[in-house]
Amino acid sequence: MNQTETFGPIGRRQFLRAGAAFAALAIAPIKLLASMVRPEGAFQATTVEATLAELGMQPVESSDIVLETPNIAENGAVVPVTVTSSIPNTSRIFVMVEKNPNPLAAIFDIPEGTEASVQTRVKVAQTCLLYGLVEADGKLYMTTRETKVTLGGCGG
Amino acid sequence: MQRREFNKMLMLGAAAGLALPTLGRASASAGNAYDVPRFGNVHLLHTTDIHGQLNPIHYREPSVNIGIHAARNRPPHLVGEALLSQFGIAAGSREAHAFTYLDFVGGAEHFGKVGGFAHLATLVKRLKANRPGALLLDGGDLWQGSATALWSRGQDMVDASKLLGVDVMTGHWEFTLGADRVTEIIENDLAGQMDFVAHNVSDADFGDPVFEGHTLREINGVPVAIIGQAFPYTPIANPGYLTSGWTFGIQERELQRKIESVRADGAEVVVLLSHNGADVDLKLASRVVGLDAILGGHTHDGIPKAIEVENAGGMTLVTNAGSNGKFVGVLDFDVRDKKIRGWEYRLLPVFSDLLPADHDMSALIASSRAPYEEQLSEVLGTTDGLLYRRGNFNGSFDQVIVDALMTELDADIALSPGFRWGTTLLPGDTITMEDLMAQVAITYPATTLAERSGAEIKAILEDVADNLFNPDPYYQQGGDMVRVGGLKYSIDPMADAGKRINDMELGGKPLTPGGRYRVAGWASMDPNADGEPIWDVCARYLRSQQTLPPVTPNQPVIKGISDNKGISAA
Repeated sequence: MNQTETFGPIGRRQFLRAGAAFAALAIAPIKLLASMVRPEGAFQATTVEATLAELGMQPVESSDIVLETPNIAENGAVVPVTVTSSIPNTSRIFVMVEKNPNPLAAIFDIPEGTEASVQTRVKVAQTCLLYGLVEADGKLYMTTRETKVTLGGCGG
Repeated sequence: MQRREFNKMLMLGAAAGLALPTLGRASASAGNAYDVPRFGNVHLLHTTDIHGQLNPIHYREPSVNIGIHAARNRPPHLVGEALLSQFGIAAGSREAHAFTYLDFVGGAEHFGKVGGFAHLATLVKRLKANRPGALLLDGGDLWQGSATALWSRGQDMVDASKLLGVDVMTGHWEFTLGADRVTEIIENDLAGQMDFVAHNVSDADFGDPVFEGHTLREINGVPVAIIGQAFPYTPIANPGYLTSGWTFGIQERELQRKIESVRADGAEVVVLLSHNGADVDLKLASRVVGLDAILGGHTHDGIPKAIEVENAGGMTLVTNAGSNGKFVGVLDFDVRDKKIRGWEYRLLPVFSDLLPADHDMSALIASSRAPYEEQLSEVLGTTDGLLYRRGNFNGSFDQVIVDALMTELDADIALSPGFRWGTTLLPGDTITMEDLMAQVAITYPATTLAERSGAEIKAILEDVADNLFNPDPYYQQGGDMVRVGGLKYSIDPMADAGKRINDMELGGKPLTPGGRYRVAGWASMDPNADGEPIWDVCARYLRSQQTLPPVTPNQPVIKGISDNKGISAA
């Protein structure tokens, strides 16, 4: 039987169901991993240097990471950040905000074979560098961009 | 060798635009001064930052417009004689009056007012008659800046720009009418006649586009894509609650994808109708490929020639068409066999006296003003001095506003936004309510009075200074420095962020970080601000003055800058 024949209204529902099952599968191990290997020390570190020391790796600059952040934040409380890695075997993506009380904002585990692109929103307390870090094959890579947090109100 | 030089000369001639060659001091013979020779087959007319000015006005160009780093001593950061010499404009000429502040009062008395929709309409008709198929593009800041635009919620400008024949527009201050009103105008008034394009505004939750990103038009058989770029920092420079749920930004990558997609759809000419500001446009043009031109606004720079910017894909022209209806840009492309073979650009100053008023437009303006005539014409006083705003630091009209705030609110210090709109009054002019509103007509006019520490005041000044002097144009917002009353200070534009503002003094004494000061302001970004509107405060002050003596703007001491052609020698 030709598999493509099932694509119709019913096929779509089945497809969605399959997708949901896949999503559940994908999320479950991440949650599990997070509880098992959440690096508490890194999340509690108060400087970029101390965070990296907790992670136990020193990053090298890479142009194979695309970090998308606004140049000037529209709202410092919810700044959209996208990190996309084209480094082979990307296994984790980290987001750091240089001058936040605790710079490490998020760690994403990237299951093997997944497109290494994550999007989140972070709080940015004041103008500073945002870091997109990528772990691949046990090495750490990074790129940075400055996001400005301004009082605003004087343009035009 | 000789041939190449000859070609180069031709190119320079084209770039120069040879604007208004017949306009000398004698204005009587200027009847056909605007018969601009047609070139090529694709014609784009461009206005921008009209700021609600339906009637002719004066607008003094800046005497201080500092460029630093890459922008140093380059257009648009040239003022006065430096601008004239860069663009080969004769001192004392009409163009010199249009493009510079030099002898502003003398020039204004001799050459008269500029802009005005009835005169603009005549010019647009003439240009379109000689350029069949031409499109009129407006870069935004069209629906705001006057009493009537505010009181009619943009309607007078919407109606007038439809009659003017604007084909495509983008926006910035338009959004301060609120998202609902903007949507209503686009759906009810513009649909079918004018495209509102902005590729860089999207829904904050899902990223869906809010507006059409571009429009694809055919001009004399040539497919032309016009992509819209709204002011990227609208929710930051203006209150975010007015555009709640929309997110902006420069969106360079999305722009690159958009250019590729419109090229794939067959566009042979691709232009960006931009409200980025000139410095942002110059950087963008160097990084994005496939744009033939960026027709720019926001920073109100009347740049007489198009600037050629090299990039990985070739060259992009960058223009900026000034403000207040004072200029019309004319960009002609010669497109044959799907390729641009040549171009010409001119920025035409609109001298109202040289262009008879268009009858239909005059009638429309009269009818839209009629309900407000009494309020508009109220005389608040007379000025003995020149009142203007534009420039990096306090203009004389700003000085009147900060003086009014300090006097009426009993404040030590007053702060007023560094807007670039705001028209000019000549010595001896009456100051009407309409003139005052041309400085302050915004949808969030609340005045504020707060006790602030010296440290907070420094932080505010530093924040705005960085919006103006950040080394990277993508981190600038395109306004001028906050206008400051009472407080003396020095500014070092080249210093790092947070270290530019020094020597702050109040009443001869240094400002102390822990000291408390009464600070007045207006244009509060707080949706709950309910202070008296700025126009009532200023009107009361002006009525009490009756005759306003010439004021000296409180300008900071500028440090760390030498040989900068963005500062007048005088």
